[in-house]
Amino acid sequence: MTTVVANGAAVGYSPTRTHTFASEFVRQWKRRRTQLALGFMVLLPLILLVAFEFGDDDDGGGGGGRGQFSALVDVAVAGGLNFALFTVFVSSSFLLVVIFALFHGDTIASEASWGSLRYLLAIPVPRARLLGIKLSVALTYSLLSVALLIGTALALGTLRYGWHPLQSGVSADVPTGEGVLRLLGVAGYMSVTLLVVAGIAFLLSVMTDAPLGAVGGAVLLFIVSSILDQITALGELRNFLPTHFVRSYLGLLTTPMQFDGIVKGTILALAYAALFWGIAFWRFIRKDVTS
Amino acid sequence: MAIAAVLVVVAGVITWAVLPADPGYSTRDARLPINGVTLDTRFYVPEGASESGKVPALLLGHGFGGTKESVSEDAKELAGQGYAVLTWSARGHGTSTGEIHLNAPDYEVKDAQGLLDWLATQPFVRTDAAGDPRVGVVGGSYGGALALLLAGQDTRVDAIVPMITWNDLGNSLFAGGVFKKAWAGIFFSGGVGGGGIGGAAGLNGTDGGNGTGGPGGPGGGGLGRGAAAQLNPQCGRWARDVCETYLRVAATGKLDDEAKRLLGARSPAATLGRIKAPALLIQGEADSLFPLSEADANARGISAPVRVAWFTGGHDGGQGPTSDQNRVKFLTLQWLDHYVKGTGDKPGGSFTYSRMTGLDPLEQGRLATGFQYESYPGLSGSSTMDIALQGRPQQIANPPNGTPAAVSSLPGAGSLSSLISGVSTELPGQNGNWISAPVEENLNVVGTPTVRIRAASPTGEATLFVKLYDVDQNGQSNLSNGLMAPIRLTGLPADIAQAQPATVTLPAIVRNIEQGHRLRVTIASADQSYLGPAEPMVYTVLAEGAVTLPLLPVTPVATADAFWLYLLIGLVVLLALGVITFIMVGRMRHRRLDRAIIAEHADTPLFVRGLRKEYGKFVAVERIDFTVERGQVVGMLGPNGAGKTTSLRVLMGLIQATAGDVLIFGHRLAPGAPVLSRIGALVEGPGFLPHLTGEDNLRAYWRATGRPWEDSRFEEALQIAGLGDAIGRRVKEYSHGMKQRLAVAQSMLGLPELLVLDEPTDGLDPPQIAEMRRVLQRYATGGRAVLVSSHLLAEVEQTCTHVVVMHKGVVVASGPVQEIVGDTPTTVIEVSDVDLASKVLDRFDGVSYAPDGDRTLVVELGEMSRSAAIAALVQAGVGIDRVAPRRRLEDAFLALVGTSTVGGGDR
Repeated sequence: MTTVVANGAAVGYSPTRTHTFASEFVRQWKRRRTQLALGFMVLLPLILLVAFEFGDDDDGGGGGGRGQFSALVDVAVAGGLNFALFTVFVSSSFLLVVIFALFHGDTIASEASWGSLRYLLAIPVPRARLLGIKLSVALTYSLLSVALLIGTALALGTLRYGWHPLQSGVSADVPTGEGVLRLLGVAGYMSVTLLVVAGIAFLLSVMTDAPLGAVGGAVLLFIVSSILDQITALGELRNFLPTHFVRSYLGLLTTPMQFDGIVKGTILALAYAALFWGIAFWRFIRKDVTS
Repeated sequence: MAIAAVLVVVAGVITWAVLPADPGYSTRDARLPINGVTLDTRFYVPEGASESGKVPALLLGHGFGGTKESVSEDAKELAGQGYAVLTWSARGHGTSTGEIHLNAPDYEVKDAQGLLDWLATQPFVRTDAAGDPRVGVVGGSYGGALALLLAGQDTRVDAIVPMITWNDLGNSLFAGGVFKKAWAGIFFSGGVGGGGIGGAAGLNGTDGGNGTGGPGGPGGGGLGRGAAAQLNPQCGRWARDVCETYLRVAATGKLDDEAKRLLGARSPAATLGRIKAPALLIQGEADSLFPLSEADANARGISAPVRVAWFTGGHDGGQGPTSDQNRVKFLTLQWLDHYVKGTGDKPGGSFTYSRMTGLDPLEQGRLATGFQYESYPGLSGSSTMDIALQGRPQQIANPPNGTPAAVSSLPGAGSLSSLISGVSTELPGQNGNWISAPVEENLNVVGTPTVRIRAASPTGEATLFVKLYDVDQNGQSNLSNGLMAPIRLTGLPADIAQAQPATVTLPAIVRNIEQGHRLRVTIASADQSYLGPAEPMVYTVLAEGAVTLPLLPVTPVATADAFWLYLLIGLVVLLALGVITFIMVGRMRHRRLDRAIIAEHADTPLFVRGLRKEYGKFVAVERIDFTVERGQVVGMLGPNGAGKTTSLRVLMGLIQATAGDVLIFGHRLAPGAPVLSRIGALVEGPGFLPHLTGEDNLRAYWRATGRPWEDSRFEEALQIAGLGDAIGRRVKEYSHGMKQRLAVAQSMLGLPELLVLDEPTDGLDPPQIAEMRRVLQRYATGGRAVLVSSHLLAEVEQTCTHVVVMHKGVVVASGPVQEIVGDTPTTVIEVSDVDLASKVLDRFDGVSYAPDGDRTLVVELGEMSRSAAIAALVQAGVGIDRVAPRRRLEDAFLALVGTSTVGGGDR
């Protein structure tokens, strides 16, 4: 009736128009968990700000604890840039891990658990395209979360503490213009190291029907890697753990800047992410969808 | 299988981690009689040393108050690098006998010469000539001075690496003419009771002897064979002359000529000119006992090849952070490898130093960055800058007996000192301050700053302590490593106006003075670590003019950055290429496959031939052939496990068939083939996003197809769903029947030419089932086709035009419904008299019957109409209780598949 197209498709159908980035973006946006996660990113700096208000009344209370890192805590109230840096530092070890795992672990597993995956594939949305679009949207949301976190912390911090040069507590003060660039660099590098979590979560999402399993599994593996990293007896092997270079962003705060750890960490993160995503694509394209 | 492989790998890794590693060297302890005393030694021989493979040797000395154990870590590392390392406890230390002569040429240095003789006799040690071993001497502090003195006294030494050691002991202990009482006291007590001096004793710098600081406690450090009770309480293990000299100068605070001579004999300064061995001088920046100027004096005095390196540790700063330790180790090994072992390139002459720059993310400690300069510039940098000071003359008071006094550094506290890091305490009334204007750019100060001062004193003499502070914008001041310059001035007038300026050379520092910071010169009258006059008095002092800062250009040491950066770039390029290739190859392949068309079936909605699907050994679908033409409603019938759902999943492109052809409108089916867009499907239940409304779900689905909105026939689909207002409620609130109807509507969006429905009436009530029947039959008009899978036989019989019967993965019958069912309608008649009825029916042609029980007849009427047959029976007097059509499809079906579901049922 309607078919004069060479590849046999219905009129108006084009594989490159199926399931566009925009449609997936809106599809994820409408979910409550997306809105809650992004909302929390805006809420957290506010909570920290209030906490610092209370903390000012008591005596500073010994940094002690983590030794030299108390330096970062002490200068957290020195200005907007410092406050944003502190927020990023505090959320890097767990919160952002969960956020990245959440957005990536939910991609395929949630569609499979609702039963809508088979209908998407039957439209037909090409499998590689489906994965690619879902991956891009998940990455976009993850980066959006990081941006929201930093942006809100920067805005709130500047309003409350003023726009001052970035202090690291150890070496030179960094002028404000350069400080913004360094802060972006810190955020960018942190996102890069979290790509490993994204990779694991995405792979688990393709392999299982339970979205929480994918999210939880990715977070769990990340924690195991962190634990192994603390065992110094492993020696050289630790350099291959995905979490080994997670704190190398501190190299951006010194004068002159240290790029050694950042370069190595980026290589490791890209390699792991590419490996996991590659396996995910390979599996999904070949597998029999029974969900 | 995968799990077993992972377990094997994990077990292997654990075993490898648990097994103890091979040390790579062997040790031999011996007590050697040398030069009149017995020295306790330990000789480390590397693996692989033999008669034919001789190795070079090293003498590794320890710090003051230590023993051969203090340097065991460094010795092991060096042995691992292929050197035979001889460590010993110096005379008067550990279990060696004799008294401490403080590196006197006839005692400790001659002992070391005896050790060289011993080394030459060892079979595995390489020799240059008979009695001349290939040997280098390495040591820190006490051991470092020994290295210098030995090299000056004995030409057999091939290279030396003295660390954090002195040039002239008199200068060190009497800096500026003021007695360093704290350090001297610690130094002296180290030889009395045997406690060690903290600080790097070698490469690894295990703290000397038994921990840090303090006059030795009882039994500390090993006092030799039970000689504790016989030791002089004043001198301990010190030699008489050294002891008496110390007691004399410590009491007076002045260095007399005899003491000067004694200390001079024990200092490298006198014999530097005779050193032929290349020397690598490593000095600590955080060292108030032997500051950087001592190494500078050594460097200037040695004519053999010299290289200088500074690091952030020292007697006050410990070993420094890991990056510094690594740099020092690297430099040392490079030096020894070339000059002692004879391998490796000649080390360059560049000068390296380091500075604390931040936090090390990996080590969770402070980070020191290494810097370099093309050659050793001495202590005055490559350029200078003057920073002007402001202020008037000020009066400062010297406290009686020097107490209370400022604390600027904690001698011997090792790395604890770096925590204080120059936050020294200044006491009011004892210091004068002169501040500069804010500095206009970052200044990299490397070397000794100088400043001019004037002083006036009522007695004509003054002991002053000059310090240079770095003050930041918040007013916090920092004294680099707690270092200061003591100075003792004589011949001073009582009035400041007549005082002559004196130039004070401040201690050498490495500091980056940031833009906007100020410099502050503080002149103090007393300090806890130094001995000042006991009388209280008031001085008038002035720091005038400017501070002259020695500067060096900032050039960080090149690390192995470049390699990793190239690797990163290469990786990114590789990944990008990989992704692009993947996309292009996929597109080209799809274009080729999609356009292939088999002409004879170009108009057939569905053509299946030989379809087979195996899951490993389990065969879900054995062989299926059927066709769906336009305008047909085809029913797929089969018991559970016949393979219906599997076949439908193959049709949707969800599952790959193991064998066989599926052609849709002539195009071969593959997952993701564009021709699938002409199929609408409902398989294994609805799949909706529960948080969206029904209408939103349909919209989202259509948006995902990417097809124009006008093609969707949205309103018609909604009508088919028949949900009314419920379409605006969230799907999670729907009942199963509502979801089912919505799913059918979704499959009809866009009015696809082939509709594939799996159990569409599941969960619907009878009126809805009837409605669905009408919908499907209407749908199949206009050139479209419908494929329905069901096991509701009555429904199939009423809805479908054609039937495909499947059993155990095989098609057992297919064709129009009537063909399967049979032409003649069957009737069940309940009669009062079976025999009479039988006789009546016998009279008609083409009618056959069979009794079913004693009151029922199953009659095949053939051409005769039902009403005519009933009329005939009634006329004959047979009573009719019931007339009903027989469900023929059920008969046919059960005949085809068998009534037993054992073994062929749910699989």
